[in-house]
Amino acid sequence: MYWNEKAETMPREEMRRIQGELLRGAVKRAYERVAPYRAKMKQTGVEPGDINTLEDIEKLPFTDKADLRDAYPYGMFAVGMDEVIRIHASSGTTGKQTVVGYTRKDIEIWNECMARCMTMAGVTRGDIVQVAYGYGLFTGGLGGHYGAEYIGAATVPASTGNTKRQLQILEDFGSTVLLCTPSYAMLLGDAVREAGIKGKLKLKSGIHGAEPWTEGMRRELEDRLGYKAYDIYGLSEISGPGVSCDCEAAAGLHVQEDHFYPEIVDAHTGKQVKDGMPGELVFTCLTKEALPLIRYNTRDICTLRKDKCACGRTLARMGKITGRTDDMLIIRGINVFPSQVESVLLGIAEVSPHYLLVVDRKNNLDTLEVRVELREGFPFDEVRRVEELERRIGKEINSTLSISADIRISPIGSVERSEGKAKRVLDLRKNL
Amino acid sequence: MIVNQISVFVENRPGRLAEITGILAAGGVDIRALSIADTSDFGILRLIVNDPERTDKLLREAGVTSGKTAVIAVKLADEPGSLHKILTILSNHDVVVEYAYAFITRKDSDAYVILKVANNDEAIAMLTAEGQQMLTPEEFYAL
Repeated sequence: MYWNEKAETMPREEMRRIQGELLRGAVKRAYERVAPYRAKMKQTGVEPGDINTLEDIEKLPFTDKADLRDAYPYGMFAVGMDEVIRIHASSGTTGKQTVVGYTRKDIEIWNECMARCMTMAGVTRGDIVQVAYGYGLFTGGLGGHYGAEYIGAATVPASTGNTKRQLQILEDFGSTVLLCTPSYAMLLGDAVREAGIKGKLKLKSGIHGAEPWTEGMRRELEDRLGYKAYDIYGLSEISGPGVSCDCEAAAGLHVQEDHFYPEIVDAHTGKQVKDGMPGELVFTCLTKEALPLIRYNTRDICTLRKDKCACGRTLARMGKITGRTDDMLIIRGINVFPSQVESVLLGIAEVSPHYLLVVDRKNNLDTLEVRVELREGFPFDEVRRVEELERRIGKEINSTLSISADIRISPIGSVERSEGKAKRVLDLRKNL
Repeated sequence: MIVNQISVFVENRPGRLAEITGILAAGGVDIRALSIADTSDFGILRLIVNDPERTDKLLREAGVTSGKTAVIAVKLADEPGSLHKILTILSNHDVVVEYAYAFITRKDSDAYVILKVANNDEAIAMLTAEGQQMLTPEEFYAL
């Protein structure tokens, strides 16, 4: 079952022809309308006229989160605000968020891509889709919501949290599709098991993304919830969820490559690698109007293959994300950079900038512990003062990063010092 | 009178307290009294010792988070009701006691209570005015 059979099954040659055409237009548009990208191209010594075929894309400079930070908030937008109908944001590398915008056509294409992905996961009209991603600046909630409505499915905007209510909706509303992060699905799966209601559920598909997860976790989820679990990938810079998704063959995530052109490049040389080899995943927005990012380096590491899938689709497939080449952490679906935590800690006089982030997974939910050293002279002899300080830091981190962290005030000198680059993260999550 | 308490911030891990007492033992520190406040994440060890300056230095050199905290030491009769008398005086003046602990010595029949309040001088003035006995630091450390 396809949402857009023509786009999803077209021969490779035709896809390349379309991509080449769209690329020329996208580069020209970005050059003309996005000053920071024009400057980058000039610096590299390349002009829109140099881009004629798809192979020419390697002449173009990369963009990344730092470019969006430098252009905060709207400096990379190619349209005026009168054409923007939606703004989302995700974590940036510093205190500032990464802001993204969408024109009406961008939203239309996002909906189309979400519909294609959800159709891959078996969603049709008549389905009851429980969207348990967070609604808000995060693209998960609204992306899933509008995709489901676009298909014509009955959409339940449950948002995230309140496990008891989620279970009630699953059971009483008869949800057939569940959208949420894989770790939240696991939490719900455990709750379903505990309540002994698996037999009463009507779930057939789960569509889970915003966090990397493994085949092992897929089996666990399918066992707990009695459905088929699908992996969906996306990032707000490119659009949001729906950039790629896996089909019933579960043999890689089909990229909506007529809108988002994928490349895998070597992290050191920046050169494209052979199909099937791992490297950094780079996307070029071929049709995006508001934020037409060219060669945006996601820093996610994966592979890409372009052979036809057993499901009949010819869309390129990316393998599961196996890591990142920067220090971004994904905790409960939220992007967290250690530098963001550092900027909060630097603003608190009672602690030193020696800190360690300990990330773990307990009861299938990611946990973040922030160990930070006391500063000399703090009156730590009173428990109350130490606990007040912990609460204050926790609140500041929560308001900056939208994530709850367990703050551990630690003795002076207890956070390991290292020569050169300090070790700031201890990720204990195994078998993601 | 005001005396220096040694306050030690201790992370909660097995054996950490023994490491700290090991440093004190090796340095020949004589512990007069101690109290431990514990939470689920950390503990605070509070010590009254014969030589606070040297003890603080010993602990710091060993990489322990140590500090000197000014607390009040009050001498009182080792008999029922004497602690209550002191706390009543402070309570009547709305003084908040952050923590307190007590000890006795073998040299005399009195007891000593250590108090942590926000303003030491003020609390001492209140206690002295009500006839409570204070020691000089020399007398105290020689106990």
